[in-house]
Amino acid sequence: MSLNVFFQHCLTGISLGGAYALIAIGYTMVYGILRLINFAHGDIFMVAGYFMIFATATFGWMAGIPIMLICTVILGVVIEKAAYKPIRTAPRMSVMISAIGVSYLLQNLTTYLFTALPRPYPEIPILKRIFQIGSVSASLVTFLTPVLTILLVVILVYITNHTKIGMAMRAVSRDFETSRLMGIKINNVISITFVIGSFLAGVGALLYFTDRMSVTPFSGTLPGLKCFVAAVIGGIGSVPGAVVGGFVIGICETFLIALGYSTFSDAFTFILLIIMLLFRPTGLFGEKMIDKV
Amino acid sequence: MSKNLLEVRDLCVSYGGIRAVKGISFDVPEGEVVTLIGANGAGKSSTLRSIAGLEKASGGSIQFDGKELTQMGTEQLVTEGITLVPEGRRVFPNLSVLENLKIGAYQRKDALEEDTEWIYGLFPRLKERSWQMAGTLSGGEQQMLAIGRALMSRPKLIMMDEPSLGLAPIVVQGVFDIIREINRQGVTILLVEQNANMALKAAHRAYVMETGQITLSGTGKELAENEQVKAAYLGKTKK
Repeated sequence: MSLNVFFQHCLTGISLGGAYALIAIGYTMVYGILRLINFAHGDIFMVAGYFMIFATATFGWMAGIPIMLICTVILGVVIEKAAYKPIRTAPRMSVMISAIGVSYLLQNLTTYLFTALPRPYPEIPILKRIFQIGSVSASLVTFLTPVLTILLVVILVYITNHTKIGMAMRAVSRDFETSRLMGIKINNVISITFVIGSFLAGVGALLYFTDRMSVTPFSGTLPGLKCFVAAVIGGIGSVPGAVVGGFVIGICETFLIALGYSTFSDAFTFILLIIMLLFRPTGLFGEKMIDKV
Repeated sequence: MSKNLLEVRDLCVSYGGIRAVKGISFDVPEGEVVTLIGANGAGKSSTLRSIAGLEKASGGSIQFDGKELTQMGTEQLVTEGITLVPEGRRVFPNLSVLENLKIGAYQRKDALEEDTEWIYGLFPRLKERSWQMAGTLSGGEQQMLAIGRALMSRPKLIMMDEPSLGLAPIVVQGVFDIIREINRQGVTILLVEQNANMALKAAHRAYVMETGQITLSGTGKELAENEQVKAAYLGKTKK
């Protein structure tokens, strides 16, 4: 592999990893607050793809992007209110089963409404413009993805660590009851978590599908699972962990494909998961729960 | 006699079919320290939790400053002027000391500098540890922080659930000194304790709870000298 080709793959990997990171943050944030693996998250990402197709067809891509983001956010919040909130006090397993149910519901609903045939994803001319840096050339979206990911993560980390709502989110993630005693409305805090997670999934969908050009009702399944793995590898509950996990998975996958093991690349992700769970179950940045009584 | 800040009448609390609190009535007059003492499982914590709205009362009424609390959500109580220092302290271990204090004033929109200075004045140890994560504090420091956090909402009534639990005797003494000091500064206190000896010394008025009912009441001094109380809670045998 020449140096030039190596850099080219690095760029592709980092770009894919950026999109994965954005989706992985959604898993990790919801887990952090509700201790729930939101299995529907990958499908929210897929539906965001369809939202973009229809919003663009009607309003053009410039208005389409904000409309898609708003619809995705609404979908995420509605799912939480309808499928998770009513059973919040039920055993965690019930909520998880509900999440799996929502995941299949979204897949089958989109199949019913839009058929399982791939729908072309709208082309956004600016994002597809080819740029050349040195000997490496790629479309703008490839350069933009990691930059946008890092920017959004910096904003997110700022919000969680330095704002009042971020402080409330960290408090609620540890102790619902005491948070309520402080006067924090935990339902609002949980909704805001879903707003952020779904918003990032919407941005991730835009970047991911622009590179892949089509959406099917099952487009969210495998990326969803991979991003879940990314969140676990990074240490579920940790936002920086999810980002690192996303980049690790994206880069590994790209290089395996480049080396000719494309059929093996998905299996590799899950082997990585098993190895991680065996040797470091808390993930790279996961905190050990210290309960001092 | 000063007016009653909190009036509890025929309060009942049940868990499933078990009645933990069986129709108790008591008053907390403004500006006083009132204590509920009793053994494990007497229903003291359930009483506090139902006043705080964490458990639904199955009967009776709770009036605070003339307002009925039984239908109010826990989140609203802070704005009404009630806070609970929960059993086991329950500070947020992943927040710094300062953030724990700030979150106590979550509903307030005004500046907090004066209040944090006030708390740091009461608890100089917390000031030294302002930036430390609350999870790294010792048990006594966490209790100080839990009390400080509750004070940050500028409550009229502060309820404390077993503040001496699991603390070394010297630290317990410190906690009770602080309770007196806070009360002297005008905050009404409802204290639930198993440490009857200390609680009765600090309290203006005291109630003894046994299996969900109030069996004795009087001033702190009266109960401390009561033969039954001495035998059951103060570990002193009858002469």
